[in-house]
Amino acid sequence: MPREDVKKLLRTKFMPHIWCPGCGHGIIMHAILRAIADLKIPKEQVCISSGIGCSSRMPGYIDACTLHTAHGRSLAFATGVRLANPDLTIVNVMGDGDGTAIGGNHFIHACRRNIGITAVVMNNNIYGMTGGQASPTTPEGAFASTAPYGAIDPTFDICKLAEGAGATFVARATVAQPVMCEQILKKAILHQKKGFAVVELVSYCHTQFGRKNKRSRPMDNFNYLKDNSVMKAKADTMTAEELKGKIVIGEFVNIEDAREYTKRYDEVIARAQKA
Amino acid sequence: MAQVEFWQGNKALAMGAVAAGCRFFGGYPITPSTEIMETMAEELPRLGGKFVQMEDEIGGIAAAIGASIAGLKSMTGSSGPGISLKQELLGYAYIAEIPLVVANVMRGGPSTGLPTKVSQADVMQAKWGTHGDHATIAYAPSSIQECYEITVRAFNMAERFRQPVLVLSDEIIGHMREKIVIPEPGTFEVINRKKPTVCPDDFVPYKADDDDVPPMAAFGDGYRWHVTGLTSNDFGFPTNEANEIDKKATRIIRKVERFREEIVEFKEESMEDAEIVIVSYGSVSRSSLRAIRELRKQNVKVGHFRPISLWPFPEKQIAEISKRVKHIIVPELNAGQMVNEVERAVAGRCEVHRKNLLNGELYKPDEIMAFIKEVA
Repeated sequence: MPREDVKKLLRTKFMPHIWCPGCGHGIIMHAILRAIADLKIPKEQVCISSGIGCSSRMPGYIDACTLHTAHGRSLAFATGVRLANPDLTIVNVMGDGDGTAIGGNHFIHACRRNIGITAVVMNNNIYGMTGGQASPTTPEGAFASTAPYGAIDPTFDICKLAEGAGATFVARATVAQPVMCEQILKKAILHQKKGFAVVELVSYCHTQFGRKNKRSRPMDNFNYLKDNSVMKAKADTMTAEELKGKIVIGEFVNIEDAREYTKRYDEVIARAQKA
Repeated sequence: MAQVEFWQGNKALAMGAVAAGCRFFGGYPITPSTEIMETMAEELPRLGGKFVQMEDEIGGIAAAIGASIAGLKSMTGSSGPGISLKQELLGYAYIAEIPLVVANVMRGGPSTGLPTKVSQADVMQAKWGTHGDHATIAYAPSSIQECYEITVRAFNMAERFRQPVLVLSDEIIGHMREKIVIPEPGTFEVINRKKPTVCPDDFVPYKADDDDVPPMAAFGDGYRWHVTGLTSNDFGFPTNEANEIDKKATRIIRKVERFREEIVEFKEESMEDAEIVIVSYGSVSRSSLRAIRELRKQNVKVGHFRPISLWPFPEKQIAEISKRVKHIIVPELNAGQMVNEVERAVAGRCEVHRKNLLNGELYKPDEIMAFIKEVA
């Protein structure tokens, strides 16, 4: 059962939620709520934004300022919210298809701008809501309704993508490490003062992905993630061959002295008003 | 002393937005509307406002909607293919009821078409561009002075009705320079969105007042609420209940339609004894007026009716005119768009003549004089 302070962050009147029983996304939502509760951020100062998809239905269940936007566009909406009100804490949740396919351009530019938003990519390797189509993170060889003979598209490494695009905090965990999810999220939320934080939380979709890939029960997926997660420190000592099919978890980027975008915009305002 | 300037239309449009209280602009460069965002980049930070150049057109309107939800009067602007891209989130702002002004400096299309040449081919797109039913408010300025003033009006309507309002300028109006007398602050009306007065726990975000418009809280000012592009109930939460769907779908149209006559704007000239009427808007109305003034000297009874609000269309006024004139001529820089609305309003009571120019040029007064002489 959730803690009392976590329960106060729920909109129970909007439940039952849409997620399938056993879905990994609930673990992520719980971790986000524990992080917000532990950081004691007043809920009227919290904005949870999202795009479209299973993951993106999360804001509706959270009692805060919640913004369910359009497919792929959540970070662009959140950019406007952040610029208009730099005091809000913004946690932007999105899926792998939402965030890195249709929203890929907004994603890399939010990284580049280093705007103070915590972007959580809930990666379940599939378009779940629409019935299991291949996404940019569907592994090569995996089956999907639009890859009935196995996917041939190479996948995105979301953390490397974020790092390359300029995000100043980048980390990954899987839902098989719920405490680690919460700890990373806390750091990533605090990082908003310094800039854009990307947290890839590897989830699973037993309904759409698992059923086509011999992991149809929730626990098949949970155990798969647990068995194949490798801490970054250990991964650094492993060969590329050994790392094949593994999920490297941990913190990849944390630039402490990064300069956040709205703070830099304040400098623009100062220059404009002096001119 | 009133401030008198010699401004370009796009600058006047942006300065009108600032005068209306706009403090956020999200955009992407595109000809022939870029000067609007350039002006905003210069003006907004001076006033403590924010300007952001986004990664694409959709990002520009998304950021503007986000900023509006967080409490700032917001705007985006574009042209041609950029406006096509913005249609996606125009729909979002209609259904989520977010105040927003979108400037469209019309250029030739389809697709990349004619980036540097004038067109009026977005009239129907303005009405039907995004999918789904909604009420459209769109104003077309025809002078630099009006670029400023109609943009103030557009913000007022956006804030009053909680929805996007379009300013349909065109390449000629956007890039033309002429005299403008800057209205003194305080001499024109500025409307701000209604704020909720109930305490946060009693706030029902989409429960409308008697005018069918719900008060709007800003993220960060103490109210917690849900915004979504899904059809939602009064609590802002997605619904599949037929009665709740109907309530929302009809209210967002009704909230505008019932105040139609307060939104409609038009201007008439030489109409008292007119037997022939030119109905034109935007840049074409300037050529039309010149033609009418010349022909009046020759005692031709011709007048001008200029819809300023293209949506809602001044159909009642056109219907009245059709009862007392013989001919209505509708010159447009498109294949015939607003003329359909004119014909609908006229309903066969007088002759309606379609005149269409698709070569990227503006009608010359001589050409419009020739149209009038054909029927005089």
